[in-house]
Amino acid sequence: MKNNQTSAGGNGQAAVKPKKVKYKSGHSSMTKRSLRKWAWLFIGPVFASFIIGFLWPFAQGIYLSFCGKFNIISSARLQGLENYFKAFSDETFLHSFLFTAAFAIISVVLINVLAFAIAYALTQGVKGSNLFRTIFFMPNLIGGIVLGYLWSMIFDGLLDIFTTQNLVDNATFGFWGLIILLLWQQVGYMMIIYIAGLQAVSDDMIEAAKIDGATKSQTLFRVIIPNVMPSITICTFLTLTNSFKLYDQNLALTGGKPARLTEMLALNISNGYSNMATRGMAQAKAVIFFILVAALGIAQLVATRKREVQQ
Amino acid sequence: MGKQQTLKQEKARKTIMSIILGIICLIYMMPIITILINTFKDAGAVKGNLFALPNGESFVGFDNYVTGMTAGSFPFWKAVLFNIVITVLSAFLILLFCSMAAWYVARVNSLFCKIFYYLCVFSMVVPFQMVQFTLSKTADSLKLNTPWTIPVVYLGFGAGLAIFMFVGFAKSIPIEIEEAASIDGCGPLRTYFMVVFPMLKPTLISVGILEIMWVWNDYLLPSLVLDLAKYRNIPMHIQLTTTGSYGQMNLGAMMAMIFLSIVPIIIFYLVCQKYIIKGVAAGAVKG
Repeated sequence: MKNNQTSAGGNGQAAVKPKKVKYKSGHSSMTKRSLRKWAWLFIGPVFASFIIGFLWPFAQGIYLSFCGKFNIISSARLQGLENYFKAFSDETFLHSFLFTAAFAIISVVLINVLAFAIAYALTQGVKGSNLFRTIFFMPNLIGGIVLGYLWSMIFDGLLDIFTTQNLVDNATFGFWGLIILLLWQQVGYMMIIYIAGLQAVSDDMIEAAKIDGATKSQTLFRVIIPNVMPSITICTFLTLTNSFKLYDQNLALTGGKPARLTEMLALNISNGYSNMATRGMAQAKAVIFFILVAALGIAQLVATRKREVQQ
Repeated sequence: MGKQQTLKQEKARKTIMSIILGIICLIYMMPIITILINTFKDAGAVKGNLFALPNGESFVGFDNYVTGMTAGSFPFWKAVLFNIVITVLSAFLILLFCSMAAWYVARVNSLFCKIFYYLCVFSMVVPFQMVQFTLSKTADSLKLNTPWTIPVVYLGFGAGLAIFMFVGFAKSIPIEIEEAASIDGCGPLRTYFMVVFPMLKPTLISVGILEIMWVWNDYLLPSLVLDLAKYRNIPMHIQLTTTGSYGQMNLGAMMAMIFLSIVPIIIFYLVCQKYIIKGVAAGAVKG
């Protein structure tokens, strides 16, 4: 390996570069100046498409949420806060909010507990751990739409055996169907993060706890879990925002049926855009949704960071 | 003696755990296996009992795959091709231009760069529904509504995450290497492509995988922007055929289509598994 590096031309040359501390500041500003001449090429394409793909639509979105009825954007006229009042008094929106919140709480708890349990089991030196890890992670890569149809087939097949109802006939089935689907998809992803966290806990510490007479569960709750707190923070944050932003799976599995009872926030907003009469309201809902997602993320980060420090 | 016994116990415990995990894995794979089995059954048998194995009567060989691939006014294979075009072009644009922009941001670090960087970070927390309507109108008016031009929209909307990850890595590259290159007479372009770009490789791989998975599976953006009579990607095609609003498809063929859309992902995963898992673990630590 070492031999290789010294004989390989490019790598070796880069590695033995002379130190030029003295000229550093002067020279780096020179490269900076010559780099600036190329700004149009380096940053231009991304900046232009960032404006097209994000900034301009985002600004327009904020503007439209204050506008009256519109079909195309140029026909929109400012109207004030009416869209927001409408959004807050829209029953389907409130229902989808409660549905999403309940869904998020249950899925965050279940995903994290299961992912941690599997990660813990897989880091005990059990035979076949790598194969198991590969299998658990796999569903994560399947896209939401395909996943939704795959599971709607499976659920309908299962429900055929026990009831006469389909998944889309019963909101309770829809709710738990979505939970199972999301578990199947995301447990493997979070498991990978937990495995990385668990592997970073030093064996010495666990050994020391054992010598001090700690039982297995004491070691787990007093030593291991406090030490993987950063992973728990990340996973909770990820699952929470994922659950709140869930769209594809919701559309493909239940499509909001029956009677918009299984509509989550994103789907509720998205459906509002298709009708000119509710378009402004949908845009206002989207602004509320955006603030909610952003605030949730910040609140959660602050809360879990605090706990880390205490421990 | 006692020690030996605990060792034995430990070994037995591990074997039991291995078996339990194996069974869980098998159950975990059941949905995909069920779909695979059903791709060989005729439509009536799929509807009748999803969990029955195909028998002499219901077994149709690879008929479902042929119908699934070619049936309808818009055959599935075309959706697969468009999916590949969109994904490859988008990933290429994002990797090339975002890494260039990130290096510029990390090195020049002017007020404009700082504002741009924080806007990118900000864009990561904005849900797509916020720009859903306006973005589709903007893309339409700029003719970004074909598989050849929609990558520009992906470059814009996907820039946030890519820039964030590239800037983090570019800042950790020692500046002396670039200085040495420029003393040796390299202009910024050559310095970037000969010196910096190769060093970015680990991040290029993880960003590449993230963006590929995102674009390949994305449904909402293409469904809003693309003209579905002319262009579809796989998720769009699945959604349109299953809702039945554009012609009902036989269930067996549907199963084959779903299975076929999973296969490339599984192959991609098995080939790049090492990088994918490393990328997940590394990306998460950065938060």
